[in-house]
Amino acid sequence: MSTETIDLKTKLLADFQVRESLMNGEASSAFHQKKRAAIHRFEELGFPTVRNEEWKYSNVKELISESYHFNADSSLQLADLQDLRIPEQVANILYFVNGQYKPELSSIVSSTEKIIIDSLQNAYKQNPELVNRYFNELTDESEAFTALNTAFTLDGLFIHVPDNQVVEQPVILRFISDAREENVASQPRNIIVVGKNAQVKVAEAFRTLGEQRSFTNAVTEIFVERDAHVEYYKVQNESENAYHIGTTQVNMKDKSHFYAGTVTLNGKFTRNNLNIALDGEYCDAHMYGLYFPDGSQHVDNHTIADHRKPNSESNELYKGILRDKSKGVFNGKIFVREDAQKTNAFQSCKNIVLSTEASMNTKPQLEIFADDVKCSHGTTTGQIDEEALFYMRSRGISKNEAMSLLMYAFCADVISQIKIDSIREYLENVIAEKLSKK
Amino acid sequence: MLSINELRASIEGKEILKGINLEVKPGEVHAIMGPNGSGKSTLASVLSGREDYEVTGGSVTFDGKDLLELAAEERAAEGIFLAFQYPVEIPGVTTINFLKTAVNEIRKYKGENPLDAAQFLKMVREKAKLVSMNDSLLKRALNEGFSGGEKKRNEIFQMAVLEPKLAILDETDSGLDIDALRIVAEGVNSLRSPDRSAIVVTHYQRLLDYIVPDFVHVLYKGRIVKSGPKELALELEEKGYDWIKAEVEEVG
Repeated sequence: MSTETIDLKTKLLADFQVRESLMNGEASSAFHQKKRAAIHRFEELGFPTVRNEEWKYSNVKELISESYHFNADSSLQLADLQDLRIPEQVANILYFVNGQYKPELSSIVSSTEKIIIDSLQNAYKQNPELVNRYFNELTDESEAFTALNTAFTLDGLFIHVPDNQVVEQPVILRFISDAREENVASQPRNIIVVGKNAQVKVAEAFRTLGEQRSFTNAVTEIFVERDAHVEYYKVQNESENAYHIGTTQVNMKDKSHFYAGTVTLNGKFTRNNLNIALDGEYCDAHMYGLYFPDGSQHVDNHTIADHRKPNSESNELYKGILRDKSKGVFNGKIFVREDAQKTNAFQSCKNIVLSTEASMNTKPQLEIFADDVKCSHGTTTGQIDEEALFYMRSRGISKNEAMSLLMYAFCADVISQIKIDSIREYLENVIAEKLSKK
Repeated sequence: MLSINELRASIEGKEILKGINLEVKPGEVHAIMGPNGSGKSTLASVLSGREDYEVTGGSVTFDGKDLLELAAEERAAEGIFLAFQYPVEIPGVTTINFLKTAVNEIRKYKGENPLDAAQFLKMVREKAKLVSMNDSLLKRALNEGFSGGEKKRNEIFQMAVLEPKLAILDETDSGLDIDALRIVAEGVNSLRSPDRSAIVVTHYQRLLDYIVPDFVHVLYKGRIVKSGPKELALELEEKGYDWIKAEVEEVG
């Protein structure tokens, strides 16, 4: 760190001023006005502290005390990614390095009639009105990190699936933090618009190269039009020095289906916000999550199922295995608005805590304003079932092998929900390996 | 094969086994009977290596090895099998995968190469037929949602696959109707051979109509208080345990 340390908030506010002063006519665009409003919001809010109820168990003090090079250029080549490969599959694969889109590393296989995939920058250049129609329309105004991302939106992906198109090949977004040389930070912003009766599968995968600190502040907005079918996966396998704040905002219209799978394999500090508005009738939203913190890692999942209209269903299952001195947080909110009669909402969070020094904080939060609804929630936190362990050992299976089998079995119902084969295969391998660690 | 000498064991400071002596030779079937709370299941647990119990005295040798020094999985690899009174449900692990892991872990222990998928499946299908185990159960999660009879049959099926030298059946008859009991017994009998032995722990005599023992022992208050030929079981069925209790109290 330099001797004249200024805090991250001050630095970011100053950066924004500089960027704005370098703009030409674009500063008056509707797009930029959204960014300007966001920086003001960020200025007011500041970074959250543990006094903020939503951040009570997740302290970002350490994260914001570091300095980072935002959107740093990287010399990264395809060959450097050898170790970060996921199994081959015919897919649209888009690479981002330190937040910058890398078309030379990426490959798009689906036809442009089926799906439009472009960097946010390019998409905006070509059709500013279209991008602006969706940009920052779903986000939560009270969330400082989201406001920060909005203010600094530079790159990310714009995905548009026109009405009635079924995209066979999944879209895999790979975000690489190249922290080999210095502390780096990136704020990817993605917009996914899935038209009426269209179908697509999207995965976001986050990795880190190198041992320096990395900070990712990602925001994805997903618009699910009526009768559309969207599967969305997020896989975090970052380094021991990686901070990740991720927010996914989803809006669902009538009779649409949305599946989310969030898997946190590794990372120093991870906070995921998954906010789904069931803004139509006869929708169903599914949220699955898995996390495996060890060492002194911290994983926090905050989810919202906001039932705004009648006759929809949300279903949530999160599972975690915590080792060593790790900490986990789960906060699941279910809102059932007054109009949302005949809502079905289910939530479950199950955890295995393997060490006395690890801890898990779970908080289901239900706010129900309609009277004809079915809601249930449950959380469990326990150890490995000793009786099951003995049963396996009595058949000749060693204690370690039995432990990893039981832990894998605990996760299996969530893993099987991941419908992109290469991602699931990748997870099966990484998880099995992680669980066999003593 | 199995030699138990003055075995004492306790749980949470309470002594349950108070000096057990038992000798099991290859090919023999021993029945252990006794009233509730006499220590029958404790004996089965201690022999199979359940860690909840503390062995406070005595010794157990199995094929010349000090059994009490071995972990549960090592005992299994040496050829001891416990058929559970309450088989455990394990969601997420299929019976077939569980058994494949067990078979190959035991082979590894013995320094043998693992079976490949084809060899394993062939063997498993044969054994399933032997104990009339429905193939569809093999692909389901271990014991999950199985009926009481299916769970017990699964125990016998696992035994058939693992081919233990000494099988310990812990109240395998409890909760079974007569048809299930017959099927389980047939499975056990089909595995009898001159070099394999069994200890059958039961409260009731009716299982012994189907699995005919060479010896019957009565366990009471942590000791074997009476041993005899198979006819002893019939006598117990007829007269109950009170006369034995009376005999013990008289001597005691």
